[in-house]
Amino acid sequence: MELNEIHMDFLKEIGNIGAGNAATSLSNMLSKRIEMNVPKVSLLDYNDIVDSIGGAENVLVGVLIGFEGDIEGLILFLLKKEFVHLVLNSLMGTELKGFEEIGELELSALSEISNIMVSSYVNSISTLTNMKINITTPSLNIDMAGALLDAVTAEFAEVADKVVFIKEKYYCQNETAHSYMLLLPTMSSLKTLLKKFGIDI
Amino acid sequence: MSSYVTVGISDMKIVKVPEVLISYALGSCVGICILDRDAKLAGMAHIMLSYNKNGDKENLFKYADTGITEMVRQMEIMGGLKSRMIAKIAGGAKMFEIQGSSLLGSIGDRNVAAVKETLEKLKIRIVSEDVGKNYGRTIIFDSSTGDLTIKSFGKDLLVI
Repeated sequence: MELNEIHMDFLKEIGNIGAGNAATSLSNMLSKRIEMNVPKVSLLDYNDIVDSIGGAENVLVGVLIGFEGDIEGLILFLLKKEFVHLVLNSLMGTELKGFEEIGELELSALSEISNIMVSSYVNSISTLTNMKINITTPSLNIDMAGALLDAVTAEFAEVADKVVFIKEKYYCQNETAHSYMLLLPTMSSLKTLLKKFGIDI
Repeated sequence: MSSYVTVGISDMKIVKVPEVLISYALGSCVGICILDRDAKLAGMAHIMLSYNKNGDKENLFKYADTGITEMVRQMEIMGGLKSRMIAKIAGGAKMFEIQGSSLLGSIGDRNVAAVKETLEKLKIRIVSEDVGKNYGRTIIFDSSTGDLTIKSFGKDLLVI
């Protein structure tokens, strides 16, 4: 199956849905007013993604969550340092200078935040499509962006060369923070989704 | 020190002494470095998947089997001799582990196995390796010394 323009637009739209909900849940978790730009959704390949997130060797927090049920696939959440700082500072008062300082407690806080944000994302897709979708326990790693990405994109390389890449920009008081989300449905799930919306494949 | 020649993902480069090859941030991907000291040739391939099952001719270097075979073929055209070649490999990590889900297989392990099988078929000996575990690697291969230097986040440099 080849993806055409209509499929691409649809994927972008799916990526858009729920972004606002995710920001709201983040706001609630941190008890802070957090605003968010309209997320930028694009379809990119590995090299373009690497360029967009600051190069292959840029160190990020990666959180991988699987979704299962009526549709299945993976969601990779990539958090830049300012975002991680915003979260940890609001929750625990941590002044994060570098990723080296992140310990077990910080990791579990980040894992929980990602879990909640991804849940609200998935829930909005689930409600809209009237499908049952569950998410798995998050798996977290701090490493070079290229390395966090390649395993996930390789797994989907036979499905499509490009993945849905969502760039989110948050504002909290005077701070801005970015996070990125990659949506990777399996080929059969993509077909199910497209069918649900009456799009021919 | 000469400048680096960069090898991208699903890519391959061959250089002559004293050039140095580099490939950035390999996770589950595997970097295969081959040296022919007498011909003063060094090659590096950065593969993403194990086997080219569908006969993809446009992206030979995306796969371990076709990628390594093509690299060796090109090195031979440039004056290399298979019987003199040695290999060093790095990468094949498992960056994430999702319990109870079949969606994220052990692609790193599969890549390493396919690389070893292909090199064995070509009768090219692996003299050293740094594979598996759960972290990314930037790899630098010096054609003059044959040293493969591995850089990882939060770890000391490793030379194999």
